Amino acid sequence: MIRVENLVKNYGDVKAVRGIDFEVNDGEILGFLGENGAGKSTTLKIITSFLSPTSGNVYVNDLNIQDHSLEIRKQIGYLPELNPLYMDMRVFDLLEFSARVRNIEGKAFKQSMARVIEQCGLNGVVHKRVSDLSKGYKQRLGIATAIIHDPKILILDEPVTGLDPNQIVEIRELIKSLGQEKMVIISSHILHEIEATVDRIIIIHAGEIVANGTSEELMSGFHGKTQLTLEVKNASSDSIQKLADTFPEIILTKMEPVNGNHLVMMEYDKNSDPRESIFNFATDKGWILLEMSLQKAQLEDIFRKLTIDGGADA
Amino acid sequence: MRNISAIYFKELKSFFNSPMAYIFLVIFSLINGYFFTQTFFLINQSDLRSLFNIIPLVFLFFIPAVTMGLIAWEKNSGTIEIMATLPVKDSEFVLGKYFSGLTLILVGIGFTLVHFITLASVGTNIDYGAVLCGYFGIMLLGAFYSSIGLFASSVTENQVVAFIIAISVVIVFYLLDKILIFTPAALTGILQYISVEYHLSNISRGVVDSRNIIYFLSMIWMFLSLTIRVVEIRKWR
Ligand SMILES: Nc1ncnc2c1ncn2[C@@H]1O[C@H](COP(=O)(O)OP(=O)(O)OP(=O)(O)O)[C@@H](O)[C@H]1O
Ligand SMILES: [Mg+2]
Repeated sequence: MIRVENLVKNYGDVKAVRGIDFEVNDGEILGFLGENGAGKSTTLKIITSFLSPTSGNVYVNDLNIQDHSLEIRKQIGYLPELNPLYMDMRVFDLLEFSARVRNIEGKAFKQSMARVIEQCGLNGVVHKRVSDLSKGYKQRLGIATAIIHDPKILILDEPVTGLDPNQIVEIRELIKSLGQEKMVIISSHILHEIEATVDRIIIIHAGEIVANGTSEELMSGFHGKTQLTLEVKNASSDSIQKLADTFPEIILTKMEPVNGNHLVMMEYDKNSDPRESIFNFATDKGWILLEMSLQKAQLEDIFRKLTIDGGADA
Repeated sequence: MRNISAIYFKELKSFFNSPMAYIFLVIFSLINGYFFTQTFFLINQSDLRSLFNIIPLVFLFFIPAVTMGLIAWEKNSGTIEIMATLPVKDSEFVLGKYFSGLTLILVGIGFTLVHFITLASVGTNIDYGAVLCGYFGIMLLGAFYSSIGLFASSVTENQVVAFIIAISVVIVFYLLDKILIFTPAALTGILQYISVEYHLSNISRGVVDSRNIIYFLSMIWMFLSLTIRVVEIRKWR
């Protein structure tokens, strides 16, 4: 388990992380989401011992990173942002180095090499130079070096950013299969890249956590509006205005004539559902409903709202 | 120990997978060979003294060039983040790097054995003791300059800057001996003790005093410790 407590990191005057707290449980896949510069990489770099915190603490299985850095590093596999690799080595040599430096020797060495080559689909490229690999293969290699010691904890900083759609699907599948028996933290600034992969999402904005939960929890805790679009025939502007007056939860946002009909857009609190009342009102007045369509609040909207408005609404 | 060797071999593989190492070694051998043969046949000596006089000069450029990328390049390419998050101590990282750089230097020195073989096959009355002491001194010198080069490589992420820093520091140590006549008498003793030439010439002459060896070892230790410090500080940016 990882526990982050009141973590602060300043780079000189830049306050990159401003006192965040969260936990990640064993076996969980956590999505760490935030726009550029939100403080995702900084947080991950502290958990992996690349940087020291300005204040606050991180515990990995109850060991504190300040005093047990070496012990903690043994338990973590890490893919840094932009996947830095030793370009002038061969794939095999790089994997071998990763294994040696993790004290994997003898029979375990052969097994580990075979396992990651198989798992990450590196069979065809083992003897190539790293610099000659395609971007997707470099990413697989980066992940392979991070899991060579079969760590309980895997931390991937923007593992799919910059890949083409097919490669994204491949890497996502790989992460998902790894996540079956590991704790995985994946960061991203694009929600839909990780939405399908993760069990839980933490949204970080300007160095602070603005949301933390499963996508259902985030959706239900979100005081967003549902939007409804109607196209009605035989209705007058006055009677449409009357609809809004009759049901105070409805806010008209748009009303315009289209092909002799009316296009009406409205929004209401997402916890209410006045559609039936609207339908009855329409039949009472003799309107003909040509269209009634609903736009539910999406996780994407929540993300956008939280990271633009600074989470004031959450 | 295992970590040091893992880093050491990784480094050597990187070295010899790129043309860099070969280019360095060829240039090193050509320069030494050129100057050595020039003087060797000129004065027709039966020893390698002229070689041992040239190598310290060539080292002034060669060693900073070999070591400049050792740590700077890791920072520049971002791979330092991989290294620093592996279960490897900063001291192990620095030592692995150091020994790999030193190995390349020693291989370069090894190539000069060609001249020794030439000498042994044509020369008479060869002073093997002097040759041995000469090589011993050159190796200590290479080890010392490598520690300076590694230190310079740790303070920047720019290889060219690392090269310039290394060459400046190395030249100071090299020239100290030459400026002694200009320094106040009170300082002469200390400066002489710090200067490389003083210790190197003792060793090369065959007067191997423990003081001379201690000088090199403590200098190497000092620069390696400084390097480890610099690597540690990184975390606190
Ligand atoms: N080495 C550094 N020195 C100074 N400021 C830094 C440094 N690294 C990051 N920052 C600043 O800290 C803040 C957080 O950066 P961080 O890299 O953690 O963001 P991020 O969420 O990972 O963003 P991205 O999606 O762009 O990777 C940013 O304002 C960034 O400019
Ligand atoms: Mg980042």
